Amino acid sequence: MAGIFDRIIGKLKDYRHPGYFRKPDHKWTMVVDLDMCNGCEACVVACYAENNLPTVGKVDCSKSRAFSWLRIERYVEGEYPNVKVKFIPIMCQHCSKAPCEIGCPVYATYHNQDGLNVQVYNRCVGTFTCATYCPYDVRRFNWFTYKRDKPLDEQLNPDVTVREMGVMEKCSFCIQRIRYAKDRAKDEGRPVKDGEVKPACVQSCPTGALTFGDLLDPDSRVSKMVNDPRGYKLLSELNTDPSVVYLRRVVEGSSGGHGHE
Amino acid sequence: MNNITRKCREINEDLLSIMTKTGPGYYVLVAVCGILAITLFWLPWAYQIYYGQGVTGLNMPVPWGAYLVNFVFWVGIAHAGTLISAMLYITHTPWRRAIARGAETMTLFALILVTLSVFVHMGRPWNFYWNFPYPNTRQLWPSFQSPLMFDVFAIGTYFTSSVVFLYFGMIPDFASLKHSSTGWRKDLYTALSLGWTGTDREWHVQGRATMFFSSFIMPLVVSVHSIVSWDFALSIVPGYNKTVFAPYFVTGALLSGFAGVIVMLTVMRRAYPVLKKYVTEYHYDRIGQMVLALSLVWSYCTLMEVLTGIYADTSLEKEHLIYKILTSPSMELFALMIFCNTFIPLVLIWRRVRKSAALMFLVSLFVLLGMWLERFLIIPNSLSRKFLPYFWHDYHMSWVEVSITFGAILGFITLFMISIKIFPILSAFEVKEDVGLPVSKEDDHG
Repeated sequence: MAGIFDRIIGKLKDYRHPGYFRKPDHKWTMVVDLDMCNGCEACVVACYAENNLPTVGKVDCSKSRAFSWLRIERYVEGEYPNVKVKFIPIMCQHCSKAPCEIGCPVYATYHNQDGLNVQVYNRCVGTFTCATYCPYDVRRFNWFTYKRDKPLDEQLNPDVTVREMGVMEKCSFCIQRIRYAKDRAKDEGRPVKDGEVKPACVQSCPTGALTFGDLLDPDSRVSKMVNDPRGYKLLSELNTDPSVVYLRRVVEGSSGGHGHE
Repeated sequence: MNNITRKCREINEDLLSIMTKTGPGYYVLVAVCGILAITLFWLPWAYQIYYGQGVTGLNMPVPWGAYLVNFVFWVGIAHAGTLISAMLYITHTPWRRAIARGAETMTLFALILVTLSVFVHMGRPWNFYWNFPYPNTRQLWPSFQSPLMFDVFAIGTYFTSSVVFLYFGMIPDFASLKHSSTGWRKDLYTALSLGWTGTDREWHVQGRATMFFSSFIMPLVVSVHSIVSWDFALSIVPGYNKTVFAPYFVTGALLSGFAGVIVMLTVMRRAYPVLKKYVTEYHYDRIGQMVLALSLVWSYCTLMEVLTGIYADTSLEKEHLIYKILTSPSMELFALMIFCNTFIPLVLIWRRVRKSAALMFLVSLFVLLGMWLERFLIIPNSLSRKFLPYFWHDYHMSWVEVSITFGAILGFITLFMISIKIFPILSAFEVKEDVGLPVSKEDDHG
């Protein structure tokens, strides 16, 4: 009797762990070194090209409906001439305790075995709950059926779906590249090597500010970087446990360093 | 005895006259409301389905806008009917009898509007059934931890039990109507009355069943709107994440619901003067007391909502409050809301105001406006100032949202007007219970 009881309690406790996977395959993590980032937005452009993001035009941009899965936030401080501009690249943080996953009534967004917060376009019914609950405002909605002008429709990435009107989408850590690397590693009968998976933003970063890797692999570069004393997580007080770690920018004359919060 | 029989027959005739005596004004009004409801609600919705949600004013920090406001507003309107028919039945409150049926009918149609508001708000409404836990080959289930899933069950339960309760209460009235009506009405009421003959046993069972349904529905008065409030309170957005939300929303729902009942009763009394015999000053007085009490509780909750925000003393809560209370245009809307919901109902302290149908009607319109504004100030307004200041963005309703909001109100009026010609708007058998009592209800001022 007690055994059954313990089993039930154990099962209930399992559901506390996000994703319901006792032993995830990977824990993909991104480290953003703000000291190396110069705000060139090459990552943003690469993301648009890789993930078939539509461009929405002037009018919708002014309505805050731009599609950038990855954006560089700019904050201007002080009066001219003592102006300081801070910037920070923000993409989906792939929270381990994601608020968006709680909100979705149809499991269109959930945690998969790679530690990713994934979005199932086909399952989405468009209740907007995930976007409302997301504290980082990284979710994008297909307000219309976006058309691409004539030659541009031939440059779409064949590995990524073109989303239809009425569904939510967001940064996937370039899940198509993760899948490709995992499949190739499986074919060759070896684990995925560190640095084998590079999302489009990481690949295009000219200064190497972005590092991507598996946190479960103790020898990976990200595993070593996350313990950096400059490291912090965005809005950590919300206890969402993001998978993106930022390394503070060290600025002369400031003791605390410059994050953005 | 003879007197009582005569009175009962009079009630039957009055009831039938409301349903059968139809002037040209009624047809014109139904036609105008119906056509306007279709042009203002269904056509813009078709336009929105064809082109996408982009035709609304929604944007990325504010994806919940006027449609969700309408959703919460209509759930609120539905609440008074349940309170009157269930909670006041159990507490044996005498003044519920004459107004219960009308309020219940309002509940039913408000819940239809609730469902429509949800569909209008969805990005892909043709997939709405994915929200239900139905067996399918891919073994997909809805997420039971989602507050929206709670909503599906709460509204579903509420709708089903309201329909059953409303129909069950109508059976004796259908039975008495089938004797006095002719033509298609006679066939309809004969079928709907389920062979009711009025034996002692039938009345006994009916009374027991009403008690059972009332006890079953009573918790829904509190639970349904609490669950609706959890759509917001279970998120971490500043302005949403408040423990006061469940009681706050329930109070607001009842406040707007009673205001809706007063508006409905006043219009009905004006259109059918025969109703003045049954819905008297006494009823207005009692509902007025209810509105006054609820308005005071609502004001207290609003104060607490603001105070807890100030006490929290975090930059997030402060930004939210500054945007909501100190920045135009929210500032003006907030002031208008307080004026409508706190100060206007204070005039109900005077019995003379409570007994005047015209003044009560006016107060109720203000309360309804104030309650719509309250939801507007909570839902899109909080989202405009979320966590990262770079992504702050304001929200303005587009013409599609405005049109659908007004179309929904007109659709509600159309449905209600059609229903009063088919279903008895007065709970006749309950009104007859009062006949022959030595003390008339008008003299009972408590």
